[in-house]
Order: sequence, then C-alpha cells, then structure tokens
Amino acid sequence: MDLRYTDAEQAFRSELRGWLAATLPGLPPKPPAEDWPGRRAYDTHWQRLLFDAGYAGVDWPVEGGGRGSTPVEELIFKEELERAHAPYVGVNFVGLLHAGPTVIAEGTAEQRRRYLPSILKGDEVWCQGFSEPDAGSDLASLRTRAVRDGDHYVINGSKIWTSHAEVADYCELLVRTGADDSRHRGISWLILPMDTPGVEIRPLTTIAGSTEFAELFLDEVCVPVANRVGDENDGWRVTMVTLSFERGTAFVGDLLEAVELLSATVALAQRTGAWSDSAVRSQAGHLRAELDALWALTKRNVSQAARTGVPGIGGTFFKLAYSETRHKLGEFSLSLLGRAGLAAADLDGADGHGPLPAAAMVEDWLRGISLTIAAGTSQIQRNIVGERILGLPKEPVPSAAPSPVA
Amino acid sequence: MDFELTELQTDLAEGMRRLCQGEFPLERVRAAEGADRVVDRAGWRRLAEAGVFNLALPEASGGVGLGLGETALVFEELGRALVPGPLVASHLAAGLVGGAADGSVVVGVVEDRPTGEGHPVPVVIEHLDDLDVLVVLTEHGITSVEPRSLGPTRLRRPMDPLTPVWAVPDLPEGRPLGGPEEAARWRRDGAVLTAALQIGMAAWTTELAVGYAKQRRQFGRPIGGFQAVKHLCADMAVRTEVARCAVHAAAVTVDQAGVGDAVVAAAGAKLLADEAAVANGRSCIQVHGGMGFTWEVPAHLAYKRARVLATQFGTDDRLAEELGRSLAEQAPGVR
Ligand SMILES: Cc1cc2nc3c(=O)[nH]c(=O)nc-3n(C[C@H](O)[C@H](O)[C@H](O)COP(=O)(O)OP(=O)(O)OC[C@H]3O[C@@H](n4cnc5c(N)ncnc54)[C@H](O)[C@@H]3O)c2cc1C
Repeated sequence: MDLRYTDAEQAFRSELRGWLAATLPGLPPKPPAEDWPGRRAYDTHWQRLLFDAGYAGVDWPVEGGGRGSTPVEELIFKEELERAHAPYVGVNFVGLLHAGPTVIAEGTAEQRRRYLPSILKGDEVWCQGFSEPDAGSDLASLRTRAVRDGDHYVINGSKIWTSHAEVADYCELLVRTGADDSRHRGISWLILPMDTPGVEIRPLTTIAGSTEFAELFLDEVCVPVANRVGDENDGWRVTMVTLSFERGTAFVGDLLEAVELLSATVALAQRTGAWSDSAVRSQAGHLRAELDALWALTKRNVSQAARTGVPGIGGTFFKLAYSETRHKLGEFSLSLLGRAGLAAADLDGADGHGPLPAAAMVEDWLRGISLTIAAGTSQIQRNIVGERILGLPKEPVPSAAPSPVA
Repeated sequence: MDFELTELQTDLAEGMRRLCQGEFPLERVRAAEGADRVVDRAGWRRLAEAGVFNLALPEASGGVGLGLGETALVFEELGRALVPGPLVASHLAAGLVGGAADGSVVVGVVEDRPTGEGHPVPVVIEHLDDLDVLVVLTEHGITSVEPRSLGPTRLRRPMDPLTPVWAVPDLPEGRPLGGPEEAARWRRDGAVLTAALQIGMAAWTTELAVGYAKQRRQFGRPIGGFQAVKHLCADMAVRTEVARCAVHAAAVTVDQAGVGDAVVAAAGAKLLADEAAVANGRSCIQVHGGMGFTWEVPAHLAYKRARVLATQFGTDDRLAEELGRSLAEQAPGVR
C-alpha cells in the first residue's frame, strides 16, 4: 500500500496541468444546456484539442490508437481535468467510453480503421441502443429483431433511454438474431448509422426538463452485415468484454464534483449562519468522511485494475455507496438552501454578496436521482453484491448483467 | 375513545375525492405546468362550495362549523389530487379576509424571513400572480399586503412546475389582521393542514408505485415479486400510515380540549408527513426505474411538491428542535 505517486506519474500530471492551463482559457463559452448541436460542437472541439495534444484515448490501448496509459495515469488524467473544470467526454461518452473500446476489442481490422480515429478526433459521436421499453434491468430479454437478408440485416423494434441520440452519428445496437427465447445466447452487436432510413428519434424529457435521452423507433432498417461486431448471436459476450475496460475510474469526475458541491454547501451554510448549528457541521463532517473514503476506494479499484488487468468487484461497491452519499449530499444542500431552493435559479442573495448557488444545487439534486437507476439500478447492484460476491442464494430468477452505461 | 373515522368523516373524504376526480383530473392539473398562474378560479369556487375554505368556520360566521379533524381529511384528498394553489392559506384566511371563505378571493401566505443582519435568502413567495391578498406571518402577528406592490422577480425553473415562485427584496409593514395568538393559530393549523396535503401525496405515490410494481414485468414476473421492490413499497405504506395517524391525532388535539398539547402534536405531524411525502416521492421514482426519471410519469411532481410543502409552516429542522425542547421542558428533575 503506497499512496505516493511515482516520478513518472508526477511528471505526467505536471505536464498535463501545464497543457490545461495553456489551453482552457482559449475555449469558447459553454453553450446552454438545451442547445444540443451547440453542445456537440463544443464537446467535439474539445476532443480535437485533446487529440492534437496526444491526450485522446488516454484510457484506450495503443493498438486502438489510444495513448495506452496506465490505470493510474488515467486516474490522474480525470482528476486533473475535473480540478481544472475542463470538459470531459460530454455527448460522446458512449463513443469514447463504450463503443470505441468494444470495437478495439472485438472489431475487424476494417472496422477499427473506419470507426476509431473519428471517435478520437472528435469527428463522430455515438449513442447506445441497449435498453428497450420491456427490457431494462432484464436486458437479455430484448426483442428488437434483426433478420438476415443477403448481406444486410433488416431491423424492426424500438429502443428507449438512448442518451444523446439526436446528436449521434452511430448507435451501438443490441438486436435479437436468435430465437425469441434465446435470451443472452441470441443477441448480436451492430453498428447502426443514425441517418439510415427507418430510424425515428422521439426525444423524452427528464424530470429535470432536459431532452438528453430519446426513444428510437426502428422500422425496416437495413444495416450491412459488415456492421456486425463479433459473431452473430455472440453480442452479449461482446458487450461483456467492454466492461473489462473499466478500470475503476468511471466516477472520478463525478466524485470530485461532489467534493466541490460539499465545499459550496459549507460556504452557503456559513453565509446563512446555519454553520453555527452543530447538527449542520456534523452532517458536513459525515459527508466529508464518506467522500474521502470513496476517493480511497477509487484508488484501491484503480490499483487492482493496474495489477490484474481486470476491474474488481469494487466498482459495484463504489456505485452503490456513491449513489447513497450523493443522495445525502443533495438533501443536505437543499435543506440549507431552504426556500431559495424553490427554483433552480441563481437568485441574488439579500446580503449583497452576490447570487446564491441555487441553480447548480437544485439541478444537481435532480440529476442525482438517476444515479440509483441508470447503468443498473441499486436493487440490481445489491443483488450482484449479494449473489455474485457474497455467494448468497439466488433470487428465483437470475440477476441482470451487463448493465447499459449512462 | 374511538379514534376511527365516523361515517360523516368517511363520507366527507369520499365526496372530496369524487370532486377532485371531476374537477381536478391529473391531465387538467398538469396543463398548467410552468405557467405563471395555476389557480383555476372556477375550480377554486367549486372547492369553496364543497367547504374547503369554510369547513371549520363557525356556522354563525357562515361556515360549516366542523373541526380541523374533518378539514384534514378534506386536505388529504386535495394533496392526493395535486391541486395547485395556496389552499392552506386561503382556508386559514376564511373569516379574516373577506371573500376567502367563498373562494372569490385567493389568499397566499409568506413567513417573514429570519431576522438578523445579512441573512442571504430573500423572501420567496409562491403563487404571487394568482393572489388577491398576501398574508405575512411574523412572530408578532399577521398582516395583509397587496401582492402587486412588492416589486417581485419571477424565478425561472421552479422546483415544482405547478408552484410558480417569486423573490421580493423586502416585505412592507402591511395592514394588521391579527396578533400573536392569531399568528400562533396560523402556524399550528397551517402545519396540520400542510401535513394533511403531504400524507395525501404520500398515499398517492404509494398507490402509483404499487400499481406499477404489479403491472411492470422483468425477468418474466411482476417486479413487485422481487423483495427489493416489495420492501420499497411496504416502507412507503408504513410511512404513510404512521404519519397519517400523527396528522389525524394532531388535528383532533386542536379540536378537543384536554387531549394533549396541540402545538407539539402539530409539529410532530408535520415532521413525519414531510418525511413520508419526500421519501415516498423518491421511492416512487425508484420503483418506476427509467420511467420514473421522465417528466411524463407524475412521480416527480409529487416529489417536488413535497419538497415545496416541506419549506412551509416549519422546516423539519425547526420542528424537530421545537419537539426536542418540548421534551426537555417536560423532563422531570435534571435541567
Ligand atoms: C438518465 C438515464 C440515462 C440512460 N441512458 C441509457 C442509454 O444511453 N442507453 C441505454 O440503453 N439505456 C440507458 N438508460 C437505461 C437504464 O439502463 C435503465 O433505465 C435501467 O437499466 C433500468 O431499467 P428500467 O428503466 O427498464 O427499469 P426496470 O428494470 O423496469 O426496473 C423497475 C424497478 O424494478 C426493480 N427491479 C427490476 N428487476 C429487479 C430484480 N431482479 N430484483 C430486484 N429489483 C428489480 C428496479 O430496481 C427498479 O426499481 C438510461 C437510464 C437513465 C435513467
């Protein structure tokens, strides 16, 4: 156990820090939250800057065109980006964190050549079409059907919760190619160009009022067989392989954001006078302990991935614990905002010290609600801990895996 | 002692449920989402005719002459239907502000913010554009203020899309309506009736969650068959029922002399009802999975409304502290 960074790791950090300090001031202003084309342009521009500086695909292996960094460097990379308030993967989180790595691991030479560089350069954006209206936690029951017709598949069905579908060029699509009841043995992984005729996108509004995800309707959609990644009916394993790219750093940015939110909340408490209440101080103290421990858990998970090459079970522990802490933090900041939290608007403080951070805190609280649902609900995660990790008897039906990202 | 509902009370609640189903179906209520004005004046008068505002007013003053117990049952139904608008304030104002009792005048309330130099949170007022009269509640009494004289700023993106809010720099003196006793009645009864709205919502979100858990299938069976989901639903039901008893007891303690300390009962009821409504809103979303995170499914509306109501007539911190103090006062011996 050693928490000190090596000279090489420190050099990586300071070089990156220098580059961020030189680059960030030149970024254009952030587009408004609901300006999706604007956000795509902003995020892909940032990706291009990373690419030109040799930082694209820090977490991608060299054979995929990535930088091939160690898990620790990956941790440092995400930490420095968050601390500098730099953008991260943005609307292309699926391409950079999920679809790209899948193509690296399972794609043909031609598929790698065609798709990977344009993800790294910020030219193309991907979304994920896994979940269906009737296949969420039970992903293996998905029913979107792909029927072989010569050198094409003809696809009919629908997908739901497809994040950033409206600005995506490609979709990693799971389809049923086996018998209706073949479950995970009859699924294939396809690359769907989003401009294919028969693809209809209907935006869904979140409880935060954002149209960040959508429903996809697929009506007689033709996709070349050449767009299949992995063998026919082997899509479930293809999807699982991607999970092994996760090296414990998935929530680094989120976690550091939570640390900042806690500081902002404490500052608010000092400003309102609530800080003189010992119950408030001890709640803040509790949250600090939890966030510090989660940072330590992250380092443990990253170290395990560095040694063994595969992510441990710590990721599941992390997600469960983190979503609880995040929920408490959200409740804490809302209770301190009091009636200033009745709107997600930065209303001016009556003390003449500028606006109160209500917009960020309320938005954060709303977004935080999805943490116990997206990418495998907390109930499913607990089943995984209980059954796969602790070896407890199974529920009458199998627990789900893999979970869609996001 | 018979703490069960009387037949009259049951009928009253059922009648109010039917009225809400007719006048305030969810689609109609939701049509006002995001609007500056959410009070439907015709519907408001229908509520008045049904006694929502004058139920507890003595018959001599043109009221129905029932108690807070009955009123709480009625407010539970209004909560369950998500009826928007300043229901509690308009009820409390009946008999004090002309037109409140018959629903022709809509009355809102705001607590003057904590005194003390440099407090940063400005006065935030719900439903300002719908109000004819604004009541300001302070330690010393209540006053009435002309809502449009305040120089309000409408706040974008209200927490609850059916509770528009405004910030105002300061509250004027206003016209006196009542002294400290009247202010204490507003706080106590306001807490009980707001708690009643909360348990109405807590019961409604429990039903929504249970209904979904029975119908939604994953892994070849209804999700309610998984203990994880079943227990979420069971906890919702238990929280609701415990809080409901606390609310009914508080209301009856106000009505019936000598059965207990009404101020303490009101604080406890509000505390538990806030917690139940907030926790159930969250669980309802969770049971709905990804659907629960959509605007379309109404779970979030109840969750958000519960958060708004939790800031009115005493926050949980203040109520819990009040209750703690009441224990110390009663404790024998050591001080
Ligand atoms: C913000 C957000 C973004 C998303 N982005 C994407 C995306 O880009 N692409 C994509 O494909 N998907 C995406 N998803 C979908 C997400 O992965 C699913 O919502 C999730 O897997 C849950 O599925 P469901 O919504 O169908 O809920 P359900 O599976 O219907 O779950 C409903 C409830 O039942 C419980 N439950 C279900 N099965 C069990 C069991 N066996 N034991 C105990 N409890 C159980 C759940 O925990 C939940 O409480 C996103 C979701 C959200 C909220």
